[in-house]
Amino acid sequence: MTSISEDSDKEKVRSVSVDLNNDASLVIDIPDALCERDKVKFTIHIKTTLSSFQKSEFSVPRQHEDFIWLHDTIVETEEYAGLIIPPAPPKPDFEGPREKMHKLGEGESSMTKEEYAKMKQELEAEYLAVFKKTVQVHEVFLQRLSSHPMFRKDRNFQIFLEYDQDLTVRRKNAKEMFGGFFKNMVKSADEVLISGVKEVDEFFEQEKIFLLDYSSKIKDATAKAEKMTRSHKNVADDYNHISGAMNSIAADNNTAFKKHLEKCAEVFEKLRKLEDRVASDQELKLTELLRYYTRDIQAAKDLLYRRARALADYENSNKTLDKARLKGKDIAQAEENQKQCLRKFDKLSESGKKELTSFKARRVVAFRKNLIEMTELEIKHAKNSMSLLQGSIEILNSN
Amino acid sequence: MAASSERSPPPFPDLEEPELLEDSDEGADAFTGTSISEMDSPSPDTSRPPKDIFNEPPEDIFSDPLSNINSEPQKKVDAKISSPSSDEAVDLFSEPLDDDSEVMSSPEVQNPMPDLLSEPKSGVLGEPPVQKNAARQQDVFEEPPKGSSKSSSVKKAASAEMLGDDDEEEDLFKEPPKVVTRKPQPSGPPVDVFTEVKSDVKVKPQVKDDPTDLFSEEALTAPAPKPSANSSSSSRTNGVHSEEQDLFSEATVELSLDSPRNDRKKDAVKPSVSAPAAPEASSSSKAPSKTLEELEEEESEDKFDLNISVTNPEKVGDGMNAYMAYKVSTQTSLTMFRSKTFTVRRRFSDFLGLFEKLSEKHSQNGYIIPPPPEKSILGMTKVKVGKEDPSSAEFVERRRAALERYLQRVVCHPSLLQDPDVREFLEKEELPRAVSTQALSGAGFLKMLNKATDAVSKMTIKMNEQDVWFDEKIQDVENEEQHLRKLHVMVESLVNHRKELSGNTAVFAKSVAMLGSSEDNTALSRALSQLAEVEDRIEQLHQEQASNDFFTFSELLADYIRLLGAVRGCFDQRMKAWQRWQDAENMLQKKRETEAKLLWANKPDKLQQAKDEIAEWEAKVTQYERDFERISATVRKEVIRFDKEKARDFKRQIIKYLESVLHSQQQMIKYWEAFLPEAKAIA
Repeated sequence: MTSISEDSDKEKVRSVSVDLNNDASLVIDIPDALCERDKVKFTIHIKTTLSSFQKSEFSVPRQHEDFIWLHDTIVETEEYAGLIIPPAPPKPDFEGPREKMHKLGEGESSMTKEEYAKMKQELEAEYLAVFKKTVQVHEVFLQRLSSHPMFRKDRNFQIFLEYDQDLTVRRKNAKEMFGGFFKNMVKSADEVLISGVKEVDEFFEQEKIFLLDYSSKIKDATAKAEKMTRSHKNVADDYNHISGAMNSIAADNNTAFKKHLEKCAEVFEKLRKLEDRVASDQELKLTELLRYYTRDIQAAKDLLYRRARALADYENSNKTLDKARLKGKDIAQAEENQKQCLRKFDKLSESGKKELTSFKARRVVAFRKNLIEMTELEIKHAKNSMSLLQGSIEILNSN
Repeated sequence: MAASSERSPPPFPDLEEPELLEDSDEGADAFTGTSISEMDSPSPDTSRPPKDIFNEPPEDIFSDPLSNINSEPQKKVDAKISSPSSDEAVDLFSEPLDDDSEVMSSPEVQNPMPDLLSEPKSGVLGEPPVQKNAARQQDVFEEPPKGSSKSSSVKKAASAEMLGDDDEEEDLFKEPPKVVTRKPQPSGPPVDVFTEVKSDVKVKPQVKDDPTDLFSEEALTAPAPKPSANSSSSSRTNGVHSEEQDLFSEATVELSLDSPRNDRKKDAVKPSVSAPAAPEASSSSKAPSKTLEELEEEESEDKFDLNISVTNPEKVGDGMNAYMAYKVSTQTSLTMFRSKTFTVRRRFSDFLGLFEKLSEKHSQNGYIIPPPPEKSILGMTKVKVGKEDPSSAEFVERRRAALERYLQRVVCHPSLLQDPDVREFLEKEELPRAVSTQALSGAGFLKMLNKATDAVSKMTIKMNEQDVWFDEKIQDVENEEQHLRKLHVMVESLVNHRKELSGNTAVFAKSVAMLGSSEDNTALSRALSQLAEVEDRIEQLHQEQASNDFFTFSELLADYIRLLGAVRGCFDQRMKAWQRWQDAENMLQKKRETEAKLLWANKPDKLQQAKDEIAEWEAKVTQYERDFERISATVRKEVIRFDKEKARDFKRQIIKYLESVLHSQQQMIKYWEAFLPEAKAIA
């Protein structure tokens, strides 16, 4: 239905929330996306020097569900248990614009031409914002994978990138959906159970406390930021309506008043645009950052859980071994099990430690980058508004 | 019709022609509208009008009770002419002109003219500096002797103008000299003027007729403002001289014109004028001296000097009997007040009482009386009950500001400023308690009932509007009110959303501060808490902006929605006057029919009574018709004034509003720029 080329905004869209290590061997971006009813088709563009790929530059079409599939397969791979698995991109949410579109269609007859035009404008702006955001989160997901030394070699990831047909992954059926839900339940219950297990490593103990705390805080901040940007958008919309109402007064007027009403309407119209940009940039740079790290921290917490699970398994295996020794049977098997658990736990601890440290660094860099960008944009927009206002005031004063 | 040909001498751009014609149409309406009874009188006079006009008045003036009023000021002014510097006079002229030029851009039919006229005048003539109030009146007198036959045309021009529209009385002054100077020019239209006047003696009766009309019009206006208005009219000059000049000019022109038929007219006029004449004479005799002083002041002040502020709202009393009292401070150099600064305490109902009094007195004249803010039982109850609730503080501030604007609008109105009740309100220590404003009191209920019947009658009156201007204007006002309401809703929603934004920003700031405290990277933690601080400040900005949204923008719209209601009230008054006239007309018709029947039935005994009744109703019809014309003229003038004021007000407020937005954007830049190094310091 609508295809929006992101070329012009590529600069901005590119990896807002993560640190992209500028590795030229595998560069992935999403230059284009197509929105079809409830499906979004992304065009993924890959440029690589890696020999594992057949071509050095190519594009493939992918849907949101394909991303989810890729994420799930990675989560299920035992091998990656010690890694922070990049959070899956959230489902594209075009509910807001769609609702507005619906209203627009319904009210077409009852609205005046100006109102209709204004509404359409709002809709387009909102649509574009959602679209940008959607493309961005999907891109970031792939870039996180491609920049990780382990994930970039993943078999499924390569298929995802290289298979030049539609992947048409099988959607999860109801049973699996329920299974997933159930698994989550078990996991949460398990988390509570194993929280009693005594932590052996100071680093992880601290990390756990930090992440739990941070996760709740960042969740809260995200919700608040969302609210803030939403009300900011409302303000921008109000400007738009004011501009419209002023225009309709001006239309019926034919005194000197008309001229400056029109001028005012114009000012409000421009203010709306600027205010809208402020809101959507805040959304993109701040809210989206917080949102992303909410998910990322969840991923980090999952890693901690997997490690804690391994620790619990190891302790259980120790107990079993003790019991086996007491009873004097199955000792070898228990010993083997215990060793395995230990190995797994050690491996998880080791890679987990590395992952968490790099996560921390990544987070700081991302926050820095986004905050700087947001601040610069805020300044830019405020300066634009300022010069707009100064100019308008002058014009109004002069006539 | 004749007026139009005179008023279109060559220098006028072609463009103006149609408008002028249109305008003169109205004049023509007025012509035909004048009653037949007066039409017959001029015939004897036609032979010697010039002489009459210029020789008789001086004598007449003193014999005529009414002339006291006019002659006195005139003399005074005459005497004064020599003293003030000529610059001042120029100022005198330029001021009202400026006003008009503003209106000119709004294509009200008549307004372009004063401007147009004044410009050629100052260009063509070297005279303007010498001219002032009286000088111009003198023009009317003195110029004619140069060519006595011309005088009638001058007269005619002047009078036609008067009929055309009360709004351009300056024309009166500007036009005569201009017409006179033009005369020597052998160009086309002026010749037209001559021929028309000279050759066509039949025109004269018409010319004569206007004055009578004029005269009676004045006769009606004079008593209408009541004694107070008379005394005020003389001292009114501040920033308002156009008004004042009208009275003068009307008076003088009348005099000169009606002198030929003074004897006849006097009878008719005496009853209405003689009453106010007495108190007036004393005040008006002092007036001109004041006037000139004030003009001097005005020159330096540029605007009329009356500052009113409403401050210090204070709760008086306890419980449900508590009320808010406000300090009303006035700062002025107007000599109509006893001192330059004074302060009184007034409560809300006093403000309402003032409005009641003003509308009782003036609304039937077609004035737009600025309405005060509405009573708010809910808001006030909150104030009465609640202690230091922010919403009640906001309510009080909102009301205080609204009352201040209300008073400022009242005193901005040249006629209302002269009202003794306004002066009393501003000056007098103790006001009698206004009673009729009690919400839902008996009187209030009656008032509501009245309003309801008004509304009903409004619906039933089907006025076939003759006047295109009114027709359009009424429609415009209704549309505008509707649009303003819509805009008001939008702005209200902006206020609410901005408040929401401010609240949400505050919450977010707290949340970010918490996040910062959990962050284990010191630099990032620091940056986050700085961000929280920035957001806190921005929250303040939003809050301030929200109150600016409200006070500068939303309240402006609310005011004008109320004011447009008042404008519609004026139109209604005009319609009522029309209805009264029509009713009288119908009645007269009936009476005539009765007479005819009586004639037919040959009943002479009742015939006399019928004739008397007819005469009575004829008088009433004439009276009501004049009432209607007068109210139409006033309403039109008021609406034009209102439009002008509105445009100015809007412009000022909008600029003020945009400046507030600009200010908050500047602050925003400051805050973010301060934050930028913090963000960059994250490592």
